[in-house]
Amino acid sequence: MPEPLPEPLLSVENLFRRFGGIVATDNLSLEFAAGELHAIIGPNGAGKTTLISQLIGQLRPSGGSIRFAGEDITHLPAWRRSRLGLARSFQITSLLRDFTAADNVALAAQAREGHSFRFWGNARKEKPLRDAAQSALARVGLGHRAEALVSELSHGEQRELELAVALATRPQLLLLDEPMAGLGSTESARMVKLLAELRREVTIILVEHDMNAVFALADRITVLVYGRVIASGAPAAIRLNEEVKRAYLGDQHVVTRHG
Amino acid sequence: MIAWFNSRNVIAGLIVAGLLLLPVFSQATGNLFILTLFTRIVIFALAAVSLNLIMGYGGMMSFGHAAYLGIGGYAVGILAAEGIGSGFIQWPVALLASALFALVIGSLSLRTRGVYFIMITLAFAQMAYYVASGLSRYGGDDGLTIYKRSDFGSLINLSGRVQFYYLCLFCLLGGVYLVWRIVNSRFGMVVQGLRSNEQRMQAIGFPANRYKLVCFVIAGTMCGLAGALLANNTDFISPAVMYWTRSGDLMVMVILGGMGTLFGPVVGAIFYLVLEEFLSQVTEYWAMIMGPLLLLIVLFGRGGILGLVGRFARA
Repeated sequence: MPEPLPEPLLSVENLFRRFGGIVATDNLSLEFAAGELHAIIGPNGAGKTTLISQLIGQLRPSGGSIRFAGEDITHLPAWRRSRLGLARSFQITSLLRDFTAADNVALAAQAREGHSFRFWGNARKEKPLRDAAQSALARVGLGHRAEALVSELSHGEQRELELAVALATRPQLLLLDEPMAGLGSTESARMVKLLAELRREVTIILVEHDMNAVFALADRITVLVYGRVIASGAPAAIRLNEEVKRAYLGDQHVVTRHG
Repeated sequence: MIAWFNSRNVIAGLIVAGLLLLPVFSQATGNLFILTLFTRIVIFALAAVSLNLIMGYGGMMSFGHAAYLGIGGYAVGILAAEGIGSGFIQWPVALLASALFALVIGSLSLRTRGVYFIMITLAFAQMAYYVASGLSRYGGDDGLTIYKRSDFGSLINLSGRVQFYYLCLFCLLGGVYLVWRIVNSRFGMVVQGLRSNEQRMQAIGFPANRYKLVCFVIAGTMCGLAGALLANNTDFISPAVMYWTRSGDLMVMVILGGMGTLFGPVVGAIFYLVLEEFLSQVTEYWAMIMGPLLLLIVLFGRGGILGLVGRFARA
């Protein structure tokens, strides 16, 4: 385990993103400490996915800056951020469908070993890559499915594979975008158990709609509404926060009215 | 694990054996025509194999691949016309020129995706076609006759029909072997990963375009070699080899044989060119028969001829 850094692992300063007339990220400043599991919640349209996309490098901010592990990453492309140790899982499962589970993870391990301009040796026979893949798969409970094609895996297994791929890049920070999306209750419980283990090894930012999972796992919760932080603190404090209650009640109100 | 002895490997083995023995058959029966036909087929198979590397494995639908046939061919033709007859100069220049062309058009067209990529590669190839048509010093539209084949000294005599055939076959098998090594290597895994899901590959730390560009250049260079062979085979080079329909022919060969399979493009090239030869003897409207036939194979044989054979073998 690395020494905790004196400065936050990831910090966002005055981050701003506008889509036409809509401000999706409104002058946002946030800090994520090393070793924490920091959950981000908020009603639909709060700008959670927009924030994640900017952290990961898929969307350019209109203004502000992002620092990761002491480096300004605001303008780095996604693949460079990944090399620095910023890994993500996708909200909608995004895997290499015509590859096996082991291939998916082995490629992530391969990405950590510098460039891949090696044209001769058979990559599937490289033991270090295969071992790394196997151990990441075992970590998420997919050890027995290594040789299955992604298209043959169940939805729940694919969600777990997403996590294994992210882990195989040996990240300092894991950004999980709704890992529980579409899971049944048994699968959800397994995922929560898995995340509870992982949080001891790696810093995690968790965006999730499943409030039971969030409150069970998070060290700190940040609530976003209309691209702004309305509250940030320990789960107990968030639960009692009047503004948060109002935001969620308001959202529910809208949801019921529109059916 | 895939068994070594499966229908695909059997077909590959039969093809290699057949191609190796073809000159023997040709000499024994006195049928020289078949050697001429298959020399051409082997050269186009090499071009199709190179296209398959980017199209089948890399997911890059290049519609301008015939440009390299012309560039490789013109490198040989122009040098020959200027009195430089040595193959040791001509061929490296052909490969280098193709690689450079691939580097330039690749770095521009790989910024686009999908249909735009198809159109921009087509546009570049057509540009090459018109540039060649404008080379009045080297025959312009009418093309350029090559009076002497590339000279490799005592190493090999390209004017010997059998020797030249074996040289072409050696290049083809070398090309297939190279593609086989590449697609199973770390580099090949990345390229195939990019075909499958580019966003995912970027998220785990791969700069997509660099890998695609290198793959694009390798394929272009390999096709440039086919161009040098083709010019020597016909003793002639003209802009027509770069015309977009030629690029289309190469795509059809790859799709017909089986995209993303090692021997698919070879099967496709043999099937397409033999059929073309045979049908054009029967009727001058041979395309009327060829068209529907291709349609049927593509519709019912997803994965091309090799896909079809694989399914029959399993049934």
